[in-house]
Amino acid sequence: MQAQPILEIAGLTKTFGDFTALHAIDLKAREGEFLTIVGPSGSGKTTLIRLLAGLESPTDGAIYLRGQRIEKLPANKRPTCMVFQSLALFPHRSVGENIGFPLKIRGVSLTDRRERALELLDLLQLPRSYVDKRIQDCSGGERQRVALARALAFDPEILFFDEPLSALDYRLRKTLEKELKDLHARTGKTFVYITHSLEEAMVMSDRIAIMRAGRFEQIGTPDDIYARPISRFVAEFMGEVNLFDLALTPEGMQTGPLMMAPGITSRINLRTGSRITMMIRPESITLLDPDEDAEITVTGRFIDEYVLGSRVQRRFNLGDGHFVTVETLREARSALSVGAPMRLGWSLAQAHLIEER
Amino acid sequence: MGEGRFGVLAAAPLALVLALGFAAPLAIVMAFSAMPERVFDLGHRPDFSAYAAMIEQGYWRSLLRSLGMALIATVILMLLCWPLAFAMAKLWKTFTLVITIAVVLSLFVSENIRLFGWVLVLMKGGLLDGYLQHWFGWGTGGLVYNPGAIVFGLIYVYFPFMLFPMAQGAAMIPEDARQAAFDLGASRWTVLREIDLPLAAPGIMVGSLLCFVLSAGAIAEGKLLGGRSVITIGDDVEAAFTYAQNWPLGSALAVSLIAVLGGLVVIALGRIDLDRIMGRR
Repeated sequence: MQAQPILEIAGLTKTFGDFTALHAIDLKAREGEFLTIVGPSGSGKTTLIRLLAGLESPTDGAIYLRGQRIEKLPANKRPTCMVFQSLALFPHRSVGENIGFPLKIRGVSLTDRRERALELLDLLQLPRSYVDKRIQDCSGGERQRVALARALAFDPEILFFDEPLSALDYRLRKTLEKELKDLHARTGKTFVYITHSLEEAMVMSDRIAIMRAGRFEQIGTPDDIYARPISRFVAEFMGEVNLFDLALTPEGMQTGPLMMAPGITSRINLRTGSRITMMIRPESITLLDPDEDAEITVTGRFIDEYVLGSRVQRRFNLGDGHFVTVETLREARSALSVGAPMRLGWSLAQAHLIEER
Repeated sequence: MGEGRFGVLAAAPLALVLALGFAAPLAIVMAFSAMPERVFDLGHRPDFSAYAAMIEQGYWRSLLRSLGMALIATVILMLLCWPLAFAMAKLWKTFTLVITIAVVLSLFVSENIRLFGWVLVLMKGGLLDGYLQHWFGWGTGGLVYNPGAIVFGLIYVYFPFMLFPMAQGAAMIPEDARQAAFDLGASRWTVLREIDLPLAAPGIMVGSLLCFVLSAGAIAEGKLLGGRSVITIGDDVEAAFTYAQNWPLGSALAVSLIAVLGGLVVIALGRIDLDRIMGRR
């Protein structure tokens, strides 16, 4: 038997005038889960998190928290808490007062508030002396932790995050992503996180929901999303992937620049008239020696390469407007001259086939 | 040429104007306040007798009365302007412009004329009283020539001086801080008390200071709406300089008023950050 989800939304719809931001979406979050909602700007993810936090009310549909309908409750009556994109710390209050604010509202005494603030500073790995520090004197990363501490102070059922890391520089973001994941593990709370970065979502989440134009495109574990995207949109959203269109016409299978070894096409289940996209990741493609062969091959001319730390990405022009990106380990790369023709190959098992609905 | 020297040079013209037009008269008034009574030059031995006369002859009462009326007017203005200032800064867009223009336009008409308009409305047999008599057979009688009328006049005249700084202050409240407080469980009142008012405090303080200082020294409101039945400190200062021809007394009264208000301004400005209000930080 499946446990009751801590958070469930059913048919949630939000319209702004003529514009529909959310089209009757459904979603369940399990207790203690780190669920990330990913989408490009304008996909409705911010609207969704604001509805969940109670900062806006839905046009239609229901939100359940442990089976109780809460979509009509205002934000201050919901046992949930949101970490804002801007963090929304109170500039006129010290770090300790910021953290203690939700407790002050609940009538907790000053000494107990301070005690709890110190506990939370410990949890967030900030020095205890910060309790009297002014917010203006804290760095970006420290403010981030203070905002987290404040959100955790009254022990909310669920924490919502509205892209809180988007304003930080790359290295700090990477550090805080790990800290957030760690904090999630230590507190055991349910986290619902919004971001436009699938990379960020991959690092932290138990499950990822990809949003597109007010609907969920795909919901699954990071592995699912990574290995088995259900649409071109999801595949492209993950950044560097190679996509090739396959179509079955009365003349036979149109494979574009792909050369398929005998017997391969019959293993691709394609109905006449339907379209399939073959996705192959840059790291799955091998540069073939002249005597080597593969199930699927292409021939292209080397254009250029980018060094990404330990890995190297190389682009090849296959002609007719087709390009392919290949990623290899830096030390394994062989020298290539620009314009040199190369054969590249992969196996059908390494590729993922996306059937467009 | 260094930055510092350029700064001194650039400030020189204004410094000269301030020295001649502001500091010098103030110094003369202060010097006169120390002179024996009824002298018209500064070549006497200072004896501060004017201050003694001020206390003995009960002028301190009008000083207290003026400060009291200024305080009441300021508090009422604060309560009256906050909702409007908040709405102007946070809720309205075009309507804010309409209100701003409307309030600023009223400043185009001389204060005395506007106040006299109110006298015509409020006086016995005036517009209000007259129409009420005509329609209902009973009237308000005269509503002028009492402290309430003066406070009303002060509120009316100094309304923009509270409204605009307050709206500026309200605009400094970050919207997400309000939402975060709400999300953390705060009620509307708690958000007002814990977030709105503290964050708008610099604007509220500037508005209150302007209104209080201007109200305490106001003359026209007292003269027109208070007549001879309510004497303000401004009336006393004017009377001492003109009708009574007692310059040291007038100076002593003026210096006392300036000392009270100046002390207040210094204390208040020490606690707020003008740079932040002007948006420089």
